[in-house]
Amino acid sequence: MANRWTNTLSQSDVTPEAAFLNRRQLIAGAAAGFGLAGVAGVSNAQEALTPNSWEDITQYNNFYEFGTGKTDPAEYAGALTTTPWTVEIDGMVKNPGKYDIDDIKAAMTIEERIYRFRCVEAWSMVVPWNGFELADLLEVAGVQEGAKYVAFETLYRPEEMPGQRFQSLDWPYVEGLRLDEAMNPLTLMATGIYGKDLPNQNGAPLRLVVPWKYGFKSIKSIVKITITDKEPPTSWNKANAREYGFYSNVNPNVSHPRWSQASERMIGGGLFAKRVPTLMFNGYEDEVASMYEGMDLSKQI
Amino acid sequence: MDWINQLLRKVPTWLVYIVGLIPVPLFLYLAQTGGLGREPIKALEHELGELALKLIIVGLAITPLRKFVGLNLIKFRRSIGVLAFTYVALHLLVWLVLDVGILSQIWADILKRPYITIGMVGFVVMIPLAVTSNNWSVKRLGGKWRRLHQLTYVAAALGGLHFIMIAKGIQLEPLIYMAVILSLLAYRLPMFARKPARQ
Repeated sequence: MANRWTNTLSQSDVTPEAAFLNRRQLIAGAAAGFGLAGVAGVSNAQEALTPNSWEDITQYNNFYEFGTGKTDPAEYAGALTTTPWTVEIDGMVKNPGKYDIDDIKAAMTIEERIYRFRCVEAWSMVVPWNGFELADLLEVAGVQEGAKYVAFETLYRPEEMPGQRFQSLDWPYVEGLRLDEAMNPLTLMATGIYGKDLPNQNGAPLRLVVPWKYGFKSIKSIVKITITDKEPPTSWNKANAREYGFYSNVNPNVSHPRWSQASERMIGGGLFAKRVPTLMFNGYEDEVASMYEGMDLSKQI
Repeated sequence: MDWINQLLRKVPTWLVYIVGLIPVPLFLYLAQTGGLGREPIKALEHELGELALKLIIVGLAITPLRKFVGLNLIKFRRSIGVLAFTYVALHLLVWLVLDVGILSQIWADILKRPYITIGMVGFVVMIPLAVTSNNWSVKRLGGKWRRLHQLTYVAAALGGLHFIMIAKGIQLEPLIYMAVILSLLAYRLPMFARKPARQ
C-alpha cells in the first residue's frame, strides 16, 4: 500500500540538502498538458515546494516536553534516549503487541514525502520527510471490524524530558485520528528528514505527520497506538477545547479565537518575510476534502 | 545606601537614554544574522515587548525601592518611563509593518482579537503619559499630573494581561511577570501606605 501519494515533482532518490535547496521546482506540465491557461486548476500543494533548510526544521520547534520556547527542543532534546524503543499497538487489533522500532522500520516501505507543515500559530514550513504510510502499519496490526479511531501516545519520561516536570500540558501527550484519516494515503509515520534519522527535537524515533491538519496533531515520539471505537482525547483539546478541536483541519475561513488563520508566515524568509494566504486543508483539499463532506467545519474544529 | 545615592546623582539622564536604546540596533542586528532564531519577526516583537514590560516594572519599583531600601532612583524614572513607551511603540511598529502588514487584517485583529485589543488599549493609555513626561507639563498640570500618571498602573496591568493572553496554554514566564506587576500595584493600595521616607 506504500507509494499511494507522491509529489508531482518528487525526487525518488535521497539527495543531499544542498542539492535540494538549489533545485527550483517548476510548476509541473499538468497545467500545460490539460491546456489550462491560468494556474487555477493546479493544486497548490504540488507547486514549487522548496523544502526549508535543515536549520529551520531542527531549530524551530514546538515540543513542550522539552520546554515551551521554540529553541528549547533543540537545546534540551539531546537528553532523550531513543534506543531501545518499542511501540505498543493495542485495542481493537488482531495482532496486539510491543513492536521494536527497528523491526517496524524493516517491515515498512520507507519513502520520501515533501509536505507543507502548518502550525496552528500561523507559521509554516516545507519538510522533506522520510517515512511509511500509517495504513501499512495498521494492516500489519490487523484493524478489527467496528474500529473507528486511532489513538496515539507520546513517551512520558520526565527525567529526560524536562518540560514534563511542569504541567504546561497534561502529560503524556495524546492525539487521535478518525480511522479514515489514519488510512488516508497522505498520513505518514515519519522516521527521518532529508534522508537522515529524525532528530530528537523533531519527534525521534517515530512521529505522525498529517499535513492537512494543524501541526500539533502530528504527534511526536510515539510509544503507543490504540485502535478504538470512541473518539480519543487529544492533549490540546483537553487543555482548551474552545481553541483546539479534535479535527483541527487547516482552514483559513475559521479563525482561532485569538488570531486569524487566513494567512501564515513561511519560516526562512528572515525579518522581511511576507505572510502568504493559508490554503484550505493546507493545500491538500483534493486528497482529503471528501472525508469531511457534510460536516460543518466551523463547528467541528 | 547614601554613597550609592550620591554616586547615582552624578549619572546624567541622557546616559540612561543612550544605554536604554542600545538594544534597538542590537536586536535589529541579531534579527538579520540569525541571532533571534529562525523566525526573527515574532522573536523581535517578543524581545521588544518583554523589554517594555521590564522597563515598566522597573519604573513601578522605584517608589517602593526608595521607601523600603532607601535607594533613590527618582531622577531616572522619567527616562525609564519614556524608554518603556518607546519600546511599546517599537513593538507595535514591528507588529504593524513586519508581522501583519495588511491594513485590513490589522484593523480586524484590533477589533476581534482580545489580546490585541488589550495591547492597543495599553499603548493608547501610555500616549498621554509619554506626552506629559516633561517639566512644562508637570508645571501646567500641577496636582492633575500625578493623578494622570496613575494610568501607569493600568498600562502595566494591561501589558501583563496581553502577555498572558498571547501564550499558548499555561506558560510560566507571563505568569511570573504578572505576579511581579500585581505586587508592585498592590503596594499602591491604601492598606499598604507607609510612612514617608527619611529625607
